[in-house]
Amino acid sequence: MRQSKSLYLFIIPGLFFYLLFFVYPTINGLILSFTEWNGFSAKHWVGLDNYKKMLLEDDIFFKALTNNLKFMLYVVVFQTGLSLVFSILLVKNSKSNIFFRALFFFPTILSSISVAFIWGFMYNPNLGVINTALGSMGLEVLAQNWLGNPHLAIYSIAFVQVWAHTGQMVVIFVAGLQSIPEELYEAAHLDGANRWQAFKNVTWPLVAPAATIVVAYTTIQSFKAFDLIFALTGGGPVYSTEILSTYIYHTAFQSSEFGYAAAQSMGFMVIIALITLAQFKLLRGNRAL
Amino acid sequence: MNQLKQEPAALKLTRKLAIVLFALLILVPVSIVVLASFKQMTELFMNPLGWPKTFSWSNYQEMFFEQSIGKYFMNSVIVTSTTIVGILFFSSLLAYAIFRFSGWKSAVLYGLFAAGMMVPPQVNMIPIYSVVSDLNLTNSLTGLIAVSISIFMPVSVFILAGFMNSLSREMVEAAAIDGASEWRTYLRIILPISMPSISASAIFLSVMVWNDLLFPLLLINSNEIKTLPLALLQFQGEFMTNFPMIFAGVIIASAPMVFAYVLLQRFFVEGVTAGSVKG
Repeated sequence: MRQSKSLYLFIIPGLFFYLLFFVYPTINGLILSFTEWNGFSAKHWVGLDNYKKMLLEDDIFFKALTNNLKFMLYVVVFQTGLSLVFSILLVKNSKSNIFFRALFFFPTILSSISVAFIWGFMYNPNLGVINTALGSMGLEVLAQNWLGNPHLAIYSIAFVQVWAHTGQMVVIFVAGLQSIPEELYEAAHLDGANRWQAFKNVTWPLVAPAATIVVAYTTIQSFKAFDLIFALTGGGPVYSTEILSTYIYHTAFQSSEFGYAAAQSMGFMVIIALITLAQFKLLRGNRAL
Repeated sequence: MNQLKQEPAALKLTRKLAIVLFALLILVPVSIVVLASFKQMTELFMNPLGWPKTFSWSNYQEMFFEQSIGKYFMNSVIVTSTTIVGILFFSSLLAYAIFRFSGWKSAVLYGLFAAGMMVPPQVNMIPIYSVVSDLNLTNSLTGLIAVSISIFMPVSVFILAGFMNSLSREMVEAAAIDGASEWRTYLRIILPISMPSISASAIFLSVMVWNDLLFPLLLINSNEIKTLPLALLQFQGEFMTNFPMIFAGVIIASAPMVFAYVLLQRFFVEGVTAGSVKG
């Protein structure tokens, strides 16, 4: 095909921004991670010191990573499970189903910070809705300091994440389910399959690609959470909700250790890359089905 | 789905119950917050769940007149609209070039942006802050817009290139034979038929940019140019436990997206889903 030279003009403006504010910083981050820098004075080369500190001395880094994994596991299991169930319940395009799908999707368009304020109020130990409601039902024993209890806080926030994004996953699953041909169910029915057998042998294998997308997206989305935790607990109490993204932020902008924060970012990037690779494998595995 | 045709009564009831419960789980917190925004703190304390005694607009008035939320609103409008226009313009040009280039040029360009989608912005916040500060662009809307364009562009390139690659090449070749320039082909043929996926990206990106907290938090500190999410964070510090006041702010900040969602619901679902599946 003939290509005119003017095509190069098409890529210049977008590429300029992308290279300057995304590609160059990504590379620069690597260089920054070998330096000590407080954000103002000159950068000072320290070799691998930041990495040594991160891997050998920094307990909070590993605490944050563990919190990331806890949060991710909880969100992936519940968000995928719930959205699969609700997509099956709402798959038919009836008027009421379309309405409920739209309603469940609604929190997706709210900012995480708005969601954080809504649930910060629900969870408030004194005038919060949850404890008030439990009290009025005579269930005071179940009342908790939902965000102040270090054993509970990360799960309280994970619940909010699930609340905000399950509807989005329902929509993805519904699209997957609606692409399954009706005849397959009729055939299963003629063969005398019951509801569970039809689900196991027809729905499940064919919904696997949608499930992979949902799991992949949910994993990354929950792993890189920031706003919700930043606004709800700021990483506390006692680092119980500190995750890598909030910890990097604190290292840089509270402790002014920009070089070290850059090294942590590299660690974060490697972990994300590993997760993404694992998912590619999973995707391939699914295609073989 | 045929399997649901002869549904036993008990199953049908469980199904409806589950849906209603989930609906309440979404609706109750949202309604409580909307109602609370019309109460005063003392009233909220005594009556957190119920209907307000009188619908008082005083929290909203305070947000507009004392807290000048209108200013933050305008900042958000400027940042979001400029970013979206920038991204759509750049990414549609890039996607067209990816579509028209053949062989390695197309692959390299595409790969560069696909790789960008795998680097979450949270990973990149320190080096981006460092570059913006080297360029003396911190604490300016220009810096924030430039960064937002760069951060959110890859998804749009991905969606648009995916769409354009499904178009027929003969059509473009025919235009070339007829003597149309690349610019004319892009403007007159490709752009009009790409409108559905351009609007899907536009909506997906609007939600992302309007709600973004991270980069405004990193790059903006002057009160004059704060965006809405950043202003909300500041209100949290200022009003501590004055929830009704903060909720009025939340509702003002969410209103445009909610309004657009009610009007353009189908496009929101398609846009955000396309973005999430691909991003």
